[in-house]
Amino acid sequence: MFGYYLDLAWRSLKRSPILTGLMVLAIGLGIGASMTMLTVLHVMTDDPLPGRSAQLYTPHLDPLPLDHKRRGDGPDASDNLTWPDAMALLKAHRATRQAAMAGGSMLVRPARADVRPFDVDGRYTTADFFPMFGVPFLRGSAWGAADDAVGARVVVLAESLSRKLFGADDAVGRMVRLGEHDYRVVGVTRDWQPSPLFYADASAKRYSDGDRFFLPLSTAVDQKLDVNGNFSSWEKNDADSRMVSPTTSWLQFWVQLDTPPQVAAYRQYLVDYSAQQKALGRFQRPPANAKLYGLMGWLAHEDLVPNDVRLQLWLALGFLFVCMLNIVALLLAKFLRRSGEISVRRALGARRRDIFVQLGIESALIGVAGGALGLAIAQLGLWSIRQRPDDYARIAQMDVQMLFGTLALAIAASVLAGLLPAWRACRVAPALQLKTM
Amino acid sequence: MQTRPILSTLRHHKLTAGLLMLQVAFTLAIVCNVMHMIVGRIERIGVPTGIAENELATIPSTAIDKAANHRAQLAADLATLRAVPGVRAAAAVSYSLPLNRNEDTQGICPSKEALDRAIQRNSIDGSGCMEPSIYDGTLGLVDTLGLHLVEGRDFQQGDYVADGKPVVAIVTRALAQHLYPGKPALGQSMYDGDRFIRVVGIVDSLLRPELRTPGVDNDSMILPQAPDGASARYVLRSAPQDRQRVLAAATAALWKVNPNRIINPARVQTYSQIRAAYFQRDTTMIGLLIASALGLLFVTALGIAGLANFWVQQRTRSIGIRRAIGATHHDILRYFQDENFLIVTAGVVPGVLLAIGLNLLLMTRYELPRLPLWYLPIGALVLWVLGQLSVLSPALRAAAVPPVVATRSV
Repeated sequence: MFGYYLDLAWRSLKRSPILTGLMVLAIGLGIGASMTMLTVLHVMTDDPLPGRSAQLYTPHLDPLPLDHKRRGDGPDASDNLTWPDAMALLKAHRATRQAAMAGGSMLVRPARADVRPFDVDGRYTTADFFPMFGVPFLRGSAWGAADDAVGARVVVLAESLSRKLFGADDAVGRMVRLGEHDYRVVGVTRDWQPSPLFYADASAKRYSDGDRFFLPLSTAVDQKLDVNGNFSSWEKNDADSRMVSPTTSWLQFWVQLDTPPQVAAYRQYLVDYSAQQKALGRFQRPPANAKLYGLMGWLAHEDLVPNDVRLQLWLALGFLFVCMLNIVALLLAKFLRRSGEISVRRALGARRRDIFVQLGIESALIGVAGGALGLAIAQLGLWSIRQRPDDYARIAQMDVQMLFGTLALAIAASVLAGLLPAWRACRVAPALQLKTM
Repeated sequence: MQTRPILSTLRHHKLTAGLLMLQVAFTLAIVCNVMHMIVGRIERIGVPTGIAENELATIPSTAIDKAANHRAQLAADLATLRAVPGVRAAAAVSYSLPLNRNEDTQGICPSKEALDRAIQRNSIDGSGCMEPSIYDGTLGLVDTLGLHLVEGRDFQQGDYVADGKPVVAIVTRALAQHLYPGKPALGQSMYDGDRFIRVVGIVDSLLRPELRTPGVDNDSMILPQAPDGASARYVLRSAPQDRQRVLAAATAALWKVNPNRIINPARVQTYSQIRAAYFQRDTTMIGLLIASALGLLFVTALGIAGLANFWVQQRTRSIGIRRAIGATHHDILRYFQDENFLIVTAGVVPGVLLAIGLNLLLMTRYELPRLPLWYLPIGALVLWVLGQLSVLSPALRAAAVPPVVATRSV
């Protein structure tokens, strides 16, 4: 029967090619616009570290004084940790792995005369960063805890930076001049760039920035290297000592917790630590303000999707809705016009259900065509987004999931749009229609 | 208009007509709000900066050798830049320029008492203190930027102090009024917590590097302070058409004076590029909004035309009968036009309510401003015209049905 209905549907659509074309175009436009925006939203809220994200958590303390007011447009000072707190959490070693970090920018002075000095972005961090996030090493390895302790002048380079400085040679063991000092290369990583760059500070462009070098955090603090990111002070700190000040927050902190009891224990530890600091007079706010966010929870808290993108999505969905109303009206007119034909089939023994299925298949056929067109329009839309200089533009690509999602949405939308007309059409009274024929 | 026969016909197509009406309503609601957003964005990207935008270009330069004599280098660089053919004026700033997102801001009070009030309240709101953007630059900055000095004087050599912080400033008219409402600001001493700063000049306007809310976007002040670190941003003024050539020549000249520096080629820009980069998201949004509004209207027109087409085919026989008993071409044409008018009107009424509801939703969720009511009649007019245009071709076809059809069986 399916084949026969398909044939009937095909014939019916061929009979009015312009109208069919209009319906396909309407559903294609609606689906194309919606899928473009849904894809953008999908890639922006995607898991940056699949397989690891469930074990990664970021602790947050509230060391702000009671009367501290956040400036309306300013960053939240308690989003980051102060140096004393980060070091305390690091030394307490309550998680499987833990690392403190901050973004940094360094002047690279290549030994090769043909490359001019240039600035490069990277990260100051501690040894656990690499195994905790699973940074893939090409050569060499991360530095050890001993290097962290003494502030050793060692560096891990990303492959692209290593290639720029040393060509195809093995960079491990070589020296590279960053800022005012020489650093020994201990490892080279693949160009590794989780998207979004979840561990970066709120001021980073989290969809386009990536780290090209990694230095021990203690080295950066010893030498007062430039930090990219928010420094929030709630007491007057002079520029010289603000990095280690207990009233300036600037560090990000991540921990790996493997089991739910471990998570609960760590949460309790944060509250206990806050209570202890409060007893010492350093903290003023309730210890229960201390929080532990999971990776995806943290991203949701940070709310990385710009309002414009959300607005565009709603606009696209509104557009799809109007397109569907349009198709419902057109299908209704089309089906009702065939009341005569439907009545003949009913008189010959077709049940209402048969008519319903037949008309449903016709709607679905329009959906398939509209979905194909919508897919093409969505690809065009994503291509045009990739041409924009926006931070997230580069990652606007459709994956297999979204590809099938598009087709499914198109068919669902058109079948849904066909439901009411088909239901209405299979309820026509055959006798009345046959009499007027 | 013969409303009665139209209404009784439509009663037989309640569902179809209702759907079309609904579509008109949603289209009106969305298009009105989209138009409102487009106008808002266009206003936003048109904000004047107060500087001679189309004559300016910038080159940032950072010395590699941190220990070098930056002050001497700055003087040498500026002399070099002024000698570049086509350059009418050159100055150096630390980093801030209107709309370049590199903002330096600081609380500043009209008096010491106002600062005490602010400290007492732990907030500058309501204390009389303001939070202006702080600009700085070498002597001649006001002329180079093309700022319009309305009161007082420009900076003089003596205002630039070798060590310590400057004690005079030029403020914008907006900042002057916000700090000293109803009083002449010229000659007043502002207080920043450490020192008094005297207002020696007032410029018409100078936009912030990063916009906040329209009320305070022009709160800026300029300090007589040359960049004193390794980094400086050179500002060049030339004829608008010369800018690209001047930029290339000036960059080459700077390399020649001292190659021991970093000049990021992506930041060697005309001011128009800085402005375009700042509003880049808004321009994308405007394009998208226009496209979606047009798309919606297009789809609605398709719906109206498609449905009218059907009805014409369906009613061919009754049209023939009407023609046979005396209706003219014109009557038939009018019939379909009136029918469309009725449907669109029936859609406009709930559409207006929907538009207001949608706007309220957007106001709470996306902090959009209230929809001015005059958008609604314009939107309705657009839909009426659209409806009439899209029904025209099917209606003409209907009017062309010959009376003889009445005598044939279908």
